[in-house]
Amino acid sequence: MPVIGAPLAKIDSWDKVIGAAKYADDMSLPRMLHARILRSTMPHARIVSIDTRGAEELPGVVAVITGRDVPIEYGILPSSQDEQALCVDKVRFVGDAVAAVAALDAETAERALQLIHVEYEPLTPIVTMNEALDETRDAIHTGAHADHHNIHKMVALEFGDLDAGFAEADYILEDTYFYQGNTHLALENHAALASFSPDGHLTLWSSTQTPHYVHRALAKTLELPASRIRVVAAAIGGGFGGKTDPFSHEIVACKLAMLTGRPVKITLTRQEVFYCHRGRHPVLMWVKMGVRQDGEPTALHFRTLLDGGAYGSYGVASTYYTGALQTVTYKIPAYKFEGMRVFTNKPPCGPKRGHGTPQPRFALEIHLDKIARHLGLDPAAYRKQFIVEDKTKTVNHLTITTCGLSECIDRVVEASGFGGEKREARSEIHESKIENQKSKIKNGLGLACGSYLSGAGLPIYWNQMPHSGVIVKVDRGGGVAVFCGSTDIGQGSTSLLAYIAAEEFGIDVRDVRVITADTDLTPVDLGSYSSRVTVMTGNACISAIRPLKQKILDAAAEKLLVPAESLSFRDGEIICEDDDARRLKWTEAIALAEAKHGTLSGTGSYKPPKRAGPYKGSGVGISPSYSYAACVAQVSVDIETGQVRVEKIWLAHDGGRALNPILVEGQVEGSVYMGVGEALMEEMTYRGGLHKAPSLLDYKSLTMRDMPPVETFLVETNDPEGPFGAKEAGQGPLLPVPPAIANAIYDAIGVRIDETPITPDKILKALEEQEKGRAARFGPKNFPAVKYPEPIRVEPPEDAPRLERKKG
Amino acid sequence: MLRLPPFEYHAPRSIEQAVNLGAEHGTAAMFVAGGTDLYPNMKRRQFTPQVLIGLNGVEELRGISNGDGITIRAGTTLHQVSNSPLLQTQYPALATAAKLVSTPQLRAMGTLGGNLCLDTRCNYYNQEFSWRQALGFCMKKDGEICMVAPGSSRCWAVSSTDCAPVVVALEGRVRLVSARGERVIAASDLYRDDGIEYLGKARDEIVTEILLPPADGTKSVYLKLRRRDSFDFPILGVAAALRLASNGEIESARIVLGGVGSRPLECVDSARLLIGQKLSHKVIGAAAEAAWRPARPLDNTDSTHSYRKKMARVYVARALGALSEQ
Ligand SMILES: Cc1cc2nc3c(=O)[nH]c(=O)nc-3n(C[C@H](O)[C@H](O)[C@H](O)COP(=O)(O)OP(=O)(O)OC[C@H]3O[C@@H](n4cnc5c(N)ncnc54)[C@H](O)[C@@H]3O)c2cc1C
Ligand code: SF4
Repeated sequence: MPVIGAPLAKIDSWDKVIGAAKYADDMSLPRMLHARILRSTMPHARIVSIDTRGAEELPGVVAVITGRDVPIEYGILPSSQDEQALCVDKVRFVGDAVAAVAALDAETAERALQLIHVEYEPLTPIVTMNEALDETRDAIHTGAHADHHNIHKMVALEFGDLDAGFAEADYILEDTYFYQGNTHLALENHAALASFSPDGHLTLWSSTQTPHYVHRALAKTLELPASRIRVVAAAIGGGFGGKTDPFSHEIVACKLAMLTGRPVKITLTRQEVFYCHRGRHPVLMWVKMGVRQDGEPTALHFRTLLDGGAYGSYGVASTYYTGALQTVTYKIPAYKFEGMRVFTNKPPCGPKRGHGTPQPRFALEIHLDKIARHLGLDPAAYRKQFIVEDKTKTVNHLTITTCGLSECIDRVVEASGFGGEKREARSEIHESKIENQKSKIKNGLGLACGSYLSGAGLPIYWNQMPHSGVIVKVDRGGGVAVFCGSTDIGQGSTSLLAYIAAEEFGIDVRDVRVITADTDLTPVDLGSYSSRVTVMTGNACISAIRPLKQKILDAAAEKLLVPAESLSFRDGEIICEDDDARRLKWTEAIALAEAKHGTLSGTGSYKPPKRAGPYKGSGVGISPSYSYAACVAQVSVDIETGQVRVEKIWLAHDGGRALNPILVEGQVEGSVYMGVGEALMEEMTYRGGLHKAPSLLDYKSLTMRDMPPVETFLVETNDPEGPFGAKEAGQGPLLPVPPAIANAIYDAIGVRIDETPITPDKILKALEEQEKGRAARFGPKNFPAVKYPEPIRVEPPEDAPRLERKKG
Repeated sequence: MLRLPPFEYHAPRSIEQAVNLGAEHGTAAMFVAGGTDLYPNMKRRQFTPQVLIGLNGVEELRGISNGDGITIRAGTTLHQVSNSPLLQTQYPALATAAKLVSTPQLRAMGTLGGNLCLDTRCNYYNQEFSWRQALGFCMKKDGEICMVAPGSSRCWAVSSTDCAPVVVALEGRVRLVSARGERVIAASDLYRDDGIEYLGKARDEIVTEILLPPADGTKSVYLKLRRRDSFDFPILGVAAALRLASNGEIESARIVLGGVGSRPLECVDSARLLIGQKLSHKVIGAAAEAAWRPARPLDNTDSTHSYRKKMARVYVARALGALSEQ
């Protein structure tokens, strides 16, 4: 029975269903202490003094530490080592960690925090991006951590001849967009449990997506040899990018365990999780696009300004990502990207599902909709004319292996009736009655597309080693154990390894045991981020298994007296394809193989193809392959209240071959959930430097009742880079959702909402403008005069879209 | 995870025991019914009572009965209120309001009495202790000034109960019992226009019953504005109740707004405009226009206050529209 492509349950689903899965907070060790972290109440201040005596004297308190105990700077990127586990001299946002207490119970630790006295010298907080650009204000970071004053990072790249491209254009459209920041909202709050043995071994169990990077950060900040640190990712209750940085509480738990000689657990409160953040960057965008009469793009100029919050985190990569993937959907012959990330006194932003790309995708897909409407073109047919082709490169040197976007568009258009004659009926006002309310409703349909990478082409820190490693061991009883450093954050990556092993060996999935995310037991995998896991661990797993299979076949061939090439693994047997009377049971075959070759195990690893273009910054955006998605959203808008209901979402996703269609559909539905929430309500809002709504009640995300039905279509291209042809599914399906909703709202009521979240009051304001005969739009009015550096000019590759000179 | 502060818990079996415990412990004690409002507040240290007197075990506080009017005992859960066939037919507005509170889980625990006594809300106040500490505390708890209206000498925290506007619109009354005796007051007198001292009852008084007059053909409706279809507190609630004469003219009318002030806000002017009229488009428009004027929402709930104010008019019109069809 084939396993690949079958709709199987995840191998850890029983544990989740019966409550047996152990999350870090479920764990407990003898003599364990509970720790809490004192966090800054100031958005921006110098620490004058910290008096911990009151806390130390409280009965039940075992240890109190401050920044002086863990002063070494760290950060996820080697170029942004700008965080301290506990701040030493300065705090940079409300929620920055300042001191920590370990006590016999959590209540005592909490009480002790109130007895720590911190004297601050307040500095003027820098809350908005404009304030960050104002050089008369204090710098949040000094020196090396920023490109210039509060500008963390500046990028400018130009591919092809932009001026020529605009000169060729018949129509040029310029506009500004804003995508609001929002957070991951994983249901599990971060938790960490550390234990330090008397002989100097440190173990940390944590809810982390990246145990390998945490491992490195612990070695650095705790000054311990990495060989004596073990990091284990516990069961994880959702990540979405929120658990991909090394965090203060992980280092603090370890330090307290080392000082006290007792295990120490920290579980964050929801408010603290909001403070840890690393979520979606708020991005202001300016887009200028030139097209010919038929809509063919001739040039694209894209500017972004990212509000990074207080620390670097993945920000350098995020900045590049706001420019990297505009080119992988439609043929663009000339492209200029200018990006900038600034520091502000707010929780640090980082990677959230789609890392840096949903924001520009929102702007680009609305922009295209505006162009299509202006030129009187059908937005679907229009896009299809200019889709990138298989086995080509983009103007910014990204390699397209397979692209199923055209088919994705067809599928959602056909299913939704987008662009059909229903248009007239949609724009009429009709009444609807829900729960006593009679509302005046208009309906609309909107389309948008997107694309995302299947794994970052480069690791976080420069090295030549594999991105993913797998060890496979075959037991005499027939069981197969797969060891891999990957972390399953709910997406099913652990199950995937079992499916691949079962498929390859022709055995039952239940006979495969997968051990993951343990730096002592498993080979390094870089972690669950950038949608890299299926492609990279899958390939590593196959490369570990194939030589092992050969050994088993050799032994079987000897016994069956047939050539090894005629044998295959099927349904628990090794069967000769030419003569199926010649067969061996799987367990017989492995016994023969072990007798012949010794212990049966194999290692495999994977490194993405080297594809970086010839320019600085080309490392961001490259990937083995790209996924594609198209989405149609149907909305109803209440024109008196401005309330929007997303009635239905059709989403077609080209994730390559679906190794398990249920898991891919699950990723699509989850992405839609997140995309609709980001479009309509999710936002990180602040008053001064203080987060306005750090709770699950006040930070609005969709409830079950707000979630529209989703019709998913899987467009299965067979990608040459992926294991069994797979690409990614975890992030890409989110990208088209917010712009499809914005475009649908325009379709319904004729107003453009060029920023997220699209709230009822913004809709009413745009409708009021429409009524007054002014531009029926709500969105940013202008883009600040930002000084980007001189662009690096890059010659496009041979097989990139070329600008044809038709004019002059 | 946030933890509850330590407290001593009593579980009386009768109203008498409950009020005696209240008298015994005085200001150190608070009553708790479903705990869906109080416990989260205690975790965030808005309240740190030394003693809690749990009302859940008091059998005589449960149930709905019909006689000369409808009596709902205060410990009846919101789930029971929303599913009561009696209320659904006689006073659908109350069944609707109860049904629109939060989530099924909270309605299974939350009581009508607790809902009527719900603490007023403000997004400078419904925050964890450390958050309020970062803000510098406001006068409703631990501080001196109001953060929404810094010049103000009072607190503007918002009455956010779904059921209170309905009970007021239906001219309900509440029975209050303490060790000192008992009294019945109009539901509208249960509320004061102050975000801190928002209840017109003494601390030691238990609400034991909600008394609704005989429905007698009263039409009623409740509409709720909130961001999501579940979970959220109202940022505007509109309760409307009308009685029509046989010729279709309005004999009595009450429109009460929730979520826009520290107490349920009665739209007296709108009601006056309705009396003696038939529910035409024009009349509804005029009443809605009059209703939104007194609403003075501040920027201390979800959404913008200008939007909430605009919506008061739309929602009042829609509520009256719904009544014209009942
Ligand atoms: C996430 C969330 C969402 C919510 N959403 C809504 C919403 O949409 N609409 C809404 O109206 N409410 C909402 N609530 C608040 C609350 O759940 C309900 O109002 C509920 O009805 C409160 O009842 P309770 O019995 O749980 O009250 P409790 O928490 O037990 O008590 C609340 C207050 O009333 C006092 N009290 C309780 N019973 C009596 C009595 N018989 N006599 C005197 N005093 C009494 C208590 O001392 C306390 O001060 C929400 C709460 C949460 C946590
Ligand atoms: S209205 Fe003012 S005083 Fe009252 S809770 Fe809000 S901020 Fe505090």
